[in-house]
Amino acid sequence: MTENTQMNDANDTVLEVRGLSVDFPSRHGAVPAIQNVSFDLRLGQTTCFVGESGSGKSVTARAVMNIVEPAVIRSGAINLVDLKAGQKLELAGLDPDGVEIRAVRGARIAMIFQEPMSSLSPVHTIGEQIIEAILLHQDVDAAEARDIAIEALRDVKISDPELAVDKYPFEYSGGMRQRAMIAMALGCKPDILIADEPTTALDVTTQAEILRLLRGLQESRRMAMMFITHDMGVVAEIADQVVVMLHGNVVESGDVDSLFYAPKHAYTKKLLKAALGLNHAAARSRTSEDTEALIQTRNLSLTFSGGSRKKGAGIKALDQVSVDLHRGEILGIVGESGSGKTTLARVLMGRFQPQSGEATYKTRAGKTVDLTNAASFRDRQVYRELRMIFQDPYGSLNPRMTIEQIIGEPLLVNGIAKGEALRKRVGALLERVGLPASMMERYPHAFSGGQRQRIGIARAIALEPQVIIADEATSALDGSIRAQILDLLLDLRDELGLSILFIAHDIGVVRYFCDRVAVMHKGQVVETGTAIQICDDPQEPYTQRLISAVPVPDPRKRHLTTATATR
Amino acid sequence: MQKKTLTTLDGTAEDPIDEIGADPRVGHVTGSESQWQLIRRRFAKHRLAVISLWILCFFALVAVFADFISPNDPNDVQARYTYAPPQGINFIDKTEDGGWRIKPYVYGYDVEIEPEALRRVFVIDETDKIYLEFFKRSWEYNLFGIIPTDIHLIGTEKPRKPLFFFGADRLGRDMFSRLAYGTRISLSVGLVGVIMSLVLGVIIGGFAGYFGGFFDAATQRVIEFLRSLPTIPLWMGLAAAMPSSWSPLQVYFAITLILSLLGWTELARVVRGRFLALKGEDYVAAARYDGCSHTRVILRHMVPSFTSHIITAASLAVPAMILAETALSFLGLGLQAPVISWGVLLQEAQNIRTLATAPWLLLPGLAIVIAVLAMNFVGDGLRDAADPYSH
Repeated sequence: MTENTQMNDANDTVLEVRGLSVDFPSRHGAVPAIQNVSFDLRLGQTTCFVGESGSGKSVTARAVMNIVEPAVIRSGAINLVDLKAGQKLELAGLDPDGVEIRAVRGARIAMIFQEPMSSLSPVHTIGEQIIEAILLHQDVDAAEARDIAIEALRDVKISDPELAVDKYPFEYSGGMRQRAMIAMALGCKPDILIADEPTTALDVTTQAEILRLLRGLQESRRMAMMFITHDMGVVAEIADQVVVMLHGNVVESGDVDSLFYAPKHAYTKKLLKAALGLNHAAARSRTSEDTEALIQTRNLSLTFSGGSRKKGAGIKALDQVSVDLHRGEILGIVGESGSGKTTLARVLMGRFQPQSGEATYKTRAGKTVDLTNAASFRDRQVYRELRMIFQDPYGSLNPRMTIEQIIGEPLLVNGIAKGEALRKRVGALLERVGLPASMMERYPHAFSGGQRQRIGIARAIALEPQVIIADEATSALDGSIRAQILDLLLDLRDELGLSILFIAHDIGVVRYFCDRVAVMHKGQVVETGTAIQICDDPQEPYTQRLISAVPVPDPRKRHLTTATATR
Repeated sequence: MQKKTLTTLDGTAEDPIDEIGADPRVGHVTGSESQWQLIRRRFAKHRLAVISLWILCFFALVAVFADFISPNDPNDVQARYTYAPPQGINFIDKTEDGGWRIKPYVYGYDVEIEPEALRRVFVIDETDKIYLEFFKRSWEYNLFGIIPTDIHLIGTEKPRKPLFFFGADRLGRDMFSRLAYGTRISLSVGLVGVIMSLVLGVIIGGFAGYFGGFFDAATQRVIEFLRSLPTIPLWMGLAAAMPSSWSPLQVYFAITLILSLLGWTELARVVRGRFLALKGEDYVAAARYDGCSHTRVILRHMVPSFTSHIITAASLAVPAMILAETALSFLGLGLQAPVISWGVLLQEAQNIRTLATAPWLLLPGLAIVIAVLAMNFVGDGLRDAADPYSH
C-alpha cells in the first residue's frame, strides 16, 4: 500500500504548505506560535502531527482552515489543489471571514475536535446539526439533506441511523458523539479531514473503535487526513506520514516506518523512547515480599442516589470492591471512565462514606483505622500518613499561594516546622522532586504541567507518609514528562518506603509502574494480579478487550486498524 | 542534590531538557508576580476603567474635603441672591493701564426688575470684580470632624461678597458647596450600605455555599422572597415607619440599613456561587487532606481566591445603593433637610418652573450620572482583570 501511494504521489498532493508562520500578538510584541512549517497532504494518506502540548500542532491545523484568531498568519503559503480542475487556491492570503474561505471550510476541508461534547450544540438534534452543514455547502433540499445525514450516520456505524438522527447529543455516548462529529465532517465529502486529537478524551476501547472507523473511511473515500495526536501508539496505528513538531517548528518528517525505526532528531528519539519504554518495561526489581496489608477493603459498595426520590435508581459506583495494598508495593487500579476507580480513592480519603463493606488502614503505630467512618479522619494522623496526588496539575495548586506556601501548608498546620526551618524543609523537598529551591517564591502559573505535578508530589511527601494515593497523577501529562514523573515516584518509593495506590486508565503506564493491578469495570473489580500477568496474560474477557485496545507504538505491529485496512 | 538523575529504562541517565533545549518562543517568565499584581496590570490596560478610577478618586477627595473646598456654608441663607446664576471664573485680569496679570476673579451681580413680568433678574456687573484668593479664612468648621479651623480653599478677597460657582438655590444657598456636601453623604451612604450588605452577604452566602444542605436551601428561599418584593413600595413602607422624632443622623443610618437589607441578597448569591465552585477544586480538597480546619480552609484557601470577585460585585453594588438613596430622598422619604445628599438636592429641582428659571439646580443629577457611570466602568474593569481566563 505504501508503495502504491508513493508511486503516484506527485499528482495526489491536495494540500501544500510552505514556510507557514503564525504569530500570537502579546504585550511584549508578537510571539511566534509556529515557524516555517512546511508539509504536504496527499489523497489516501494519513499524516500524523505529533508533539507535546504547546508544540503548535493545533495552531497548524487551524491555520490550514485559516481560523487562527487571535493569532495572525505572518508568512507562508497554503495551496489547496483542486485535482480535477488542476487549479490551486492559496488559502493563507484570503480574508478569514471572506466568502472564498468559507466555501472551503466544511466543504473541502473538514475538521473534528477533541471534545465531542462541547463541539456539538446541546439544544439541537444530531440530525439538525449534520443537515445544517450539508445545506450550507450542497445544493439539496431539506429532505435530501436528511437522507444524506442518515447515510452519513450509517457510514460511521451508528446503529439505527433513522432513529439516531433525531436524538440529542446527551443521548449519545462519548464514542457515538465523536462518530456523529465525524459524520458531520464527512457530510460534504471533503478532500481533507483534519482530526485534532479526536480520541484523546475517549476511553481506550472507544479510541480503538474510532481509529478503526477513521482509517476505514479514509481509505474507502481516499481522503487526505491530517491527524493530530501526542500518543506515539496512535501514530503507529494510523499514520502513513509523520510530522514531528517541537516548540513550533517541524523537527522531523517522513514515512511512519522509517521514523519509528530510524529516527534522526533527538526529540523524536526521546518521544519514541518514552513510548516504547512504557510498553516494554518491567525490568525493575520487585523488592517487597511483605504481604502485610496497609489498606484493606472488603466488599465495599457505594450507590449514588440518582434522582433522589426514586429508590434503587441510583448509580452503583462501587460494587463489592475488595482490594489490598501491601506495604511497599505499587497497586494499580485500572479501568475506563465511570468504572469507579476515582470513587474508590475518594472513599479511602474519607470524602464519601460507603453504604456497606469495610475499609481499614493500618497506621505506623500499628493501630487499625476504619476508613468508612468519617469520624476517623478528624484525627489528623490519618491524613499525615495517607496522602494524595491529584490528576489535574492546574487545579490542584492554589493559584493565590506561592510554591513555598503550598508545600509548606501541611508542615505548618501539623505544627512540624515554621519560619526559617519551614523554608529549609520546603527547599529540600523541592530539590528532592527535581526542582531548584530558588523557585519557591513563584506562583503556580509560572510552572509547566510536569513541574506542577512535581510540586504536588513534594506536597504529598512533605509529611513523610506511608501511603500515597495517586489519582490519575500522570494522565494530564505528555509522554516523556509522564515517564519522568513515574521515575520520580519509583525513586521516592524506594527511598521513603512508600506504598502507592495508583489509579490510571492507561494500561501502558500500569505495566511500567505497578507491581500489582486490579482491573475495575462498572464498579466491580474484575481481575487482580501482578502487572506482568495482567498485561501479558489477561484471564477475564473484559481485561483482554482492554489490553488489546491499547495502541502499540510500532507501525509493523498494527492490530487495531489492519482489519479494515485490508477490507 | 539529585544524585539519582531521572533514570530511563535502559539505565542511562539523561536530562531531556538539556537535550532538546527550552522552548525558544517563551520569553523569560519570572512567575513571582502575585495574582494581585497580575490583576493590577490587566486593570491598567482597561483605559476607560482607569479614567473612571481617577474620576472616583476626585469624587472621594471632594467628599472628604467637602467643607474645606466649600467657599460658603451650605446652609447659609443669603436672601439677596435667591436663584443667582453661576458665575464664570476669569483668570486674566486686564489692568487699567492696559497690561494684564493672572489673578482669578468673578464678576458681581446687579439686580434688575424685569418690567413685564416684574421679576428680579440677575445681570453680571462687569464693573464689580470680586478677586479670589486661596486659603482664605471664612466660616468655621471641623476638618475631618475633629480639627477646628476656618481656612477654605477659595475665598473672596473682601468678606461678604457673593461667590456662586454653580449658582444659588431657592433660598440663596451656594449650590457648589451644597453639591460638595451632598457628595459626602451620598457616597458614604453607598459605601456604608455596601459594607453592611457585604458583611451579611459574605457570612450568609459563605455558610450556604460551604456547608450546603438545609441552611443553603432556607437562605436561597429567603433570598428569592426578598428579591421578589417590589423595592420602592417596600422602602417607602420602611421609611414611613421611621419615627419622625429621629435625628438626621439616626435617619441616615436607618436609611443605609434599609438599603442594605435588600442589597445583601445579590452579594450572598455571588459568594455562595463562588464557594460552591471552589469547594469542588482539587486544591481545596488538598487543603483538607493537609489537615487544615474548616476555618483555615475557608480563610486561607478559599477567600483569597474570590476576594477579587467580591470586590467586583461590591463595586457594582455601590452605584445601585446610591441610586436607591437618591430615589428615596427625591420622593421625600429618605434623608431630610438639613442633611444634604444628591437626592435631597434634586428634590429642589422637582418642578418645571424652577428648572426653567434655574437649570443649574439639575447639577446634582449630572454628578449622579458621572459617579454611577464611573463606578460601573471600574467594576467592569475589575471584573475583567480578576477573571483569570480572560485575555
